[in-house]
Amino acid sequence: MTDSATLYGLMVEFDSPEALKDAARRVRDEGFEEVEAFTPMPVEGLDDILGHDDKWIAALVLAGALFGATLAFGMQTYSWVWDYPINIGGRPMFSWPSFIPITFELGVLFAALAGFLGMLLLNRLPKLHHPTFEVPGFDRVTSDRFFLMVSADDGRFDRHRTADFLDSLGGLAVSEVPS
Amino acid sequence: MTTDVPHRSDERPHDADPVLAPGQSYSKVSDDFVRLTLREAGWGVIVGFGAGFLLMMVLLMALTYLFATGIGIYGNNIPVAWAFPIVAFVWWIGIGHAGTFISAFLLLMRQDWRSSINRFAEAMTLFAVACAGLMPLIHLGRPWVFYWLFPYPDTMGLWPQWRSPLVWDVFAVTTYALVSLMFWFMGAVPDFATLRDRAKTTWVKKVYGVLALGWRGSSKHWKRYQKAYLLVGALAVPLVISVHSIVGLDFAIGVMPGWHGTIFPPYFVAGALYSGFAMVLTLAIPLRHFYGLHDYVTKRHLENCAKLMLLTGLIVSYGYIFDYFFIWYSGSEYEIQMLHDRMFGPYAWQFWVMTACNVGIIQLVWFKRVRRSIAALFVISLFVNVGMWLERYIIVLTSLSRDYLPGQWHIFNSTAWDWATFIGTLGLFASLWFLFIRFVPVSVMFELRELVEKQDKGELEYQERLSREETREEARGD
Repeated sequence: MTDSATLYGLMVEFDSPEALKDAARRVRDEGFEEVEAFTPMPVEGLDDILGHDDKWIAALVLAGALFGATLAFGMQTYSWVWDYPINIGGRPMFSWPSFIPITFELGVLFAALAGFLGMLLLNRLPKLHHPTFEVPGFDRVTSDRFFLMVSADDGRFDRHRTADFLDSLGGLAVSEVPS
Repeated sequence: MTTDVPHRSDERPHDADPVLAPGQSYSKVSDDFVRLTLREAGWGVIVGFGAGFLLMMVLLMALTYLFATGIGIYGNNIPVAWAFPIVAFVWWIGIGHAGTFISAFLLLMRQDWRSSINRFAEAMTLFAVACAGLMPLIHLGRPWVFYWLFPYPDTMGLWPQWRSPLVWDVFAVTTYALVSLMFWFMGAVPDFATLRDRAKTTWVKKVYGVLALGWRGSSKHWKRYQKAYLLVGALAVPLVISVHSIVGLDFAIGVMPGWHGTIFPPYFVAGALYSGFAMVLTLAIPLRHFYGLHDYVTKRHLENCAKLMLLTGLIVSYGYIFDYFFIWYSGSEYEIQMLHDRMFGPYAWQFWVMTACNVGIIQLVWFKRVRRSIAALFVISLFVNVGMWLERYIIVLTSLSRDYLPGQWHIFNSTAWDWATFIGTLGLFASLWFLFIRFVPVSVMFELRELVEKQDKGELEYQERLSREETREEARGD
């Protein structure tokens, strides 16, 4: 199809999470791989149907925590043991128990930063424009409408046949997403 | 986000308050909260902001005079080098704790009732931390060199003193402020997207569009978003505990009589949560009343907050008892003298008012009738706020004003500038608060939609069953 080059995908609209989940199951059973849903809130079980995962987030948070903690502990040890040792009241230079609070704090700070920024990065956000925003009525996705999109990148995608199939799912409307 | 919910449909219906009033829908949730932000500001918000703004001007005036003149304008002396600003610092940062606790700990505990209140509780945290952070800075003799507390490559080749709890404080409060801000903003991104999509004017749409970061509710995004939100929440819980523990250590590591107690860190954390829950009630009750949020902030929310306030209040009372017990048991004459002075010395009336507020009045919350009376809860929460402020006042001043040697004793008397600074921070808080309720949805809309879904499926029944069992137990008790 020549037209499919100008399309980002096809979208079908529902008014309840249950209807969306049923449709998502049928779309996946039909063999479509590049399927994404758009919902006003997280819908439980939807990611299992669509096969989304989040495997990087936890690893990023852990890496952030280790980085922050190592940085903080290293900084304190370096500065007090090597760079500028001052003997205060005969206490040991390497008084590591007193380094723990800052080590903990920076560990948490970097872990949280990694979690937040990692989430944005993996989600390709911030992105102020996206083809889906062109779909008429898509602004209700942030209050009470549930959308299911089959991407034009999908191997089985065909502008008319896919549209007919999506139409058969019993949604409120089928729309084309211009690319 | 949901838990396995046991169904017990065979039980009869009841009259307990649900976490969400019946008959909600997805669009009603959006309408109700969007209405509060995208319309003309009501006169209430304008008057409230105006009053807060005037008080904030008092703060600016006090700070200008302080920076021009020096710490001498306060009642501080030697040995009372710490006074009002530190009292206000500990009080404000304590208030912040309930916000993070509600949003993070209850998130991990999968408590449905957090959704209605966590946005404004977190906002309360941010604003309280802003007020708190200001205090130690202005209290420095030379506030313009505050950055010496951070490790930076300076020409003197010096480093901060890592063994000092005051430096730990810098890191703890900075981390706390940043993580709270991030957690709050992250929780608000999908709601900013709702405002973007609902906004009528172009520039309003653009502002919220930027804040929403292009959020479009993609299922892939939600998946990662929820994971990241949960993990940051999991990090925030030990953070809350560590921040106020370190504030406790500021005192406990000093060898002043009355400060040198191992109970300080946990006792400070409990006190922080106590004042924080009191502040949540102080803010939630008027917000619910004036904004008509009765469907979302139900009596159940207020009652749960009251119960948590009672619990933390009892831990604080336990802390008092054991603080005094350790003082007596230590046999240290300085400690015993300090306790005697605290109870019967120059600050005796503040001590007894504090005890009455923090240990006495809170006991009323044991009664269900009090817990369910909104007016009573509001008044009690105000008493607790005052009581917790006095607690910090007592801890700081009774110890400092009577050092080891009687020759060094010096009573602290507050000056008008002390009060102007403190009251001014209330104005700063109020101004930020009114800006917040004007421009940001006060509850988490997307989580309320999840509750609507659960309500549609009848899963909120679980919550209702719990409260039903509670009611029944109470009936049995009577």
